[in-house]
Amino acid sequence: MMLDWLLPALLAAALGLLFAGALRRIRLWRRGRPEPVAFLAGLAAMPRRYLVDLHHVVERDRYMSNTHVATAGGFVLSMLLIVPVHLFGLESRWLNLALLLATLLMFCGAVFVFLRRRHPPARLSRGPWMRLPKNLLVFSASFFVLTLLTSGLLPEGFGGWVLSILLAAGVALGLAEMLFGMGWGGPMKHAFAGALHLAFHRRPERFGGGRSTGLKPVDLEAPTLGVAKPEDFTWNQLLGFDACVQCGRCEAVCPAYAAGQPLNPKKLIQDMVVGLSGGSDARYAGSPYPGVEPGNASGAPHQPIVDGLLSAETLWSCTTCRACVEECPMMIEHVDAIVDMRRFLTLEKGETPNKGAEVLDNLIATDNPGGFAPDSRMNWAADLNLPLMAEVGRAEVLFWVSDGCFDMRSQRILRAFVKILKAAQVDFAVLGNEECDSGDLARRLGDDATFQSLARNNIAVLNRYRFERIVTTDPHAFHVLKNEYGDFYPEGKGGDYEVLHHSTFINGLVRDGRLQLKAHKGGTVTYHDPCYLGRYNGEYEAPRALLNALNIELSEMERSGYRSRCCGGGGGAPITDVPGERRIADMRVEDARAVQADLIAVACQQCTAMLEGVVEPRPQIKDLAELVADALVEEVHEPRKAAMSQEQP
Amino acid sequence: MPVETSLNIAVLVSVGQHPVSGRARRADQDARAVELGLTLAGRSLSLVHVGDAGEPALRQYLGMGLRTMTVLQEAPEADAASSLLQYFATHPADIVLAGVQAERGEASGLLPYLLAERLGWPLVPRIAQIRAIENGRAEVLQALPRGQRRALTVPLPFIATVDSAAPGARQTAFGPGQRGLFDIQRGLAQADVARAEWVEAQARPRPKRLNVVKAKSAAERFKAATAKPQGQGGQVMKQESSREKAQAIFDLLVAEGVIRQ
Ligand code: SF4
Ligand code: SF4
Repeated sequence: MMLDWLLPALLAAALGLLFAGALRRIRLWRRGRPEPVAFLAGLAAMPRRYLVDLHHVVERDRYMSNTHVATAGGFVLSMLLIVPVHLFGLESRWLNLALLLATLLMFCGAVFVFLRRRHPPARLSRGPWMRLPKNLLVFSASFFVLTLLTSGLLPEGFGGWVLSILLAAGVALGLAEMLFGMGWGGPMKHAFAGALHLAFHRRPERFGGGRSTGLKPVDLEAPTLGVAKPEDFTWNQLLGFDACVQCGRCEAVCPAYAAGQPLNPKKLIQDMVVGLSGGSDARYAGSPYPGVEPGNASGAPHQPIVDGLLSAETLWSCTTCRACVEECPMMIEHVDAIVDMRRFLTLEKGETPNKGAEVLDNLIATDNPGGFAPDSRMNWAADLNLPLMAEVGRAEVLFWVSDGCFDMRSQRILRAFVKILKAAQVDFAVLGNEECDSGDLARRLGDDATFQSLARNNIAVLNRYRFERIVTTDPHAFHVLKNEYGDFYPEGKGGDYEVLHHSTFINGLVRDGRLQLKAHKGGTVTYHDPCYLGRYNGEYEAPRALLNALNIELSEMERSGYRSRCCGGGGGAPITDVPGERRIADMRVEDARAVQADLIAVACQQCTAMLEGVVEPRPQIKDLAELVADALVEEVHEPRKAAMSQEQP
Repeated sequence: MPVETSLNIAVLVSVGQHPVSGRARRADQDARAVELGLTLAGRSLSLVHVGDAGEPALRQYLGMGLRTMTVLQEAPEADAASSLLQYFATHPADIVLAGVQAERGEASGLLPYLLAERLGWPLVPRIAQIRAIENGRAEVLQALPRGQRRALTVPLPFIATVDSAAPGARQTAFGPGQRGLFDIQRGLAQADVARAEWVEAQARPRPKRLNVVKAKSAAERFKAATAKPQGQGGQVMKQESSREKAQAIFDLLVAEGVIRQ
């Protein structure tokens, strides 16, 4: 029979091509900057990362998750069996049976892939991805029938030469897609690159339920700072880009994309793939950057990214909300890549758009983005008589005031929080003029030099005092203090304190019975999760528990919790201010209107500013601290009366 | 902009002082001068600073895209003008740009004048733009109050001070700033004799002369706030001889009590 020699030959050829393609691909990744990884441990952990962590994300789409388990599981099993059975001609009834089952499983999965692809949602890419389900079907069906034939379950000579030719064609087509395509950039590339990406992920802490959201520091002594060309990424970042399956989940959640700004995280990752392998985006078959005609981008590993593959505006549209990262089934790190490229623009080219340069200059000269006098940080609290760390030296709680002290609206939140601290008789102190901007803004704008100098200043001040925890009302300061300062503590000094967001802290006070609260009165309330509290730090519970303690029954927006839509205020987006068709804050308020909210509870001064910037009529915006302060039952504390009587001797 | 590329353009830069925090920074007008120089000469622009190359704020000028800066190493009390004079004797320049006035130290704004006097070059104060340089002459725009401009033609070489009305300086980038090199040369180390005798004291804000506006209507108030103050007894002298002009200035100074006879 013709198949007797053709089949092993086809298989061997396909495997050989896969091998050659894989080597070539690995060489492409290795053009990136070196980064050490735990090589063997990573490989060993890979199956678990795939089965548990990755599927945890994929499972948000139940249909796809089951489909993928069947298709991928069936395929991997089939391949493992096809090699002994069809390449080496091992005769075993059990192996044949197993192979039949495996191909059947894969076929069932492929049917569901096919069904999904009949009317694909806009977020999915077309092009080669449209032929994939057919080839999955062809591959599994061909090997199924073939195995039936070779195992003797069908009579000798069944189907005659017609079937043989059909099978030969099917096997060739299937192998071309599945093996050749895997090595040479077809849709199946994702399986090969994805597996290695999971093994050598740059944030291995993310697996096993962990969280890793802090940006990695720039080595300021390096010959170039940030990423100018694809080969300036680390090799495992390049590998990560290659793992993208173009599922477009990131696109579907990206607030900048929805606002019609020229950013689409999926296209961005695909452009990086074009960059690392060289070529143009002419074959990209997904949604473009809004307002940018696709097909004109081209790049190569050693060619500049900006103005070749994408425009700077694309990079500056991102709010660093991390919605894309949270949603990506391949656990790709879009925000790291975007900030890496911003770093080059700011640190090497001096091209931070719009108000960016001014804000960075202010941060350098006055330690705050607004350029206010650094010795006026306490003006907001002139009448509050706050204990200063410089005077008391130690306190249980260090209240990190943040740059909200310069903004009249934010001051209301700060004052509300002070009221709560006093009501609960918390032993606290503030840094006053010794505090600097946390550096969040500088870092997201790509200026890691200024971030690092602010961080070092702040750490030096923090190390002078003794306290058990830092509490702040600003999720951005919270995030950098908690997750990003760790890289800058001088050898083993400092950092041995808790960092808490005020929502967590107040909730603790309520739980401990240190605050007496009345029930909140008013209409429907919804809660907006700040990105830097939720996705960056996983705090979804405390704010809700706190609102619950105020007797508020939340009317949750469709996009809440880990799927919360950004207010548009992060990542320096209000400063770089890239024009779009809509404003992100407007869309967020629209979300709240959809659940008939009269009040949006927020937990961030930046969110407050962004959402209050939406024209009225709109729901009221109030910070958790303000809601709690309004609900305080006062005059219950004996020591307070004692203090008053002391004042009147 | 037609510019002869072989021109040597130098910018004098100083260490500035942030108006709010008082921290060292690139001086605003000096940075505008560098910006102007960069648009004329690109990276072949030369920067000259008299002082200490160890001052980190100087790197902010390099971060505008220049590879080197010449520093004439001097103690703070040395006379910058004589060091610069010596420098330009060996490093001829066609145009020297500077800010109108330094942001710290003496900040008298006299340095460009001293230099111009000793080099024997014309000085154009407060320019906003250099429009063209052709056949050894430069067309410059001088900034006047209230957005007015005066076009002048100046023969090379000349010194110009750059007004705050000139285009703002580009962003300074950290990386190139850190990697830029200082070409450190010894200054003349000549003491500033006049300065040694001065007694320095904290500046006190001077009371401002109130401008009493006797406007009745909103339109009048608007005019008073925006219009160029008129009728302050000025006098335009064009045809008169230099002697007559000098006499008029002298008389004014006496009348204002600047010179006591
Ligand atoms: S980056 Fe992730 S979420 Fe976006 S298309 Fe690729 S695989 Fe899907
Ligand atoms: S971080 Fe947010 S804004 Fe940036 S690309 Fe991802 S989803 Fe879009």
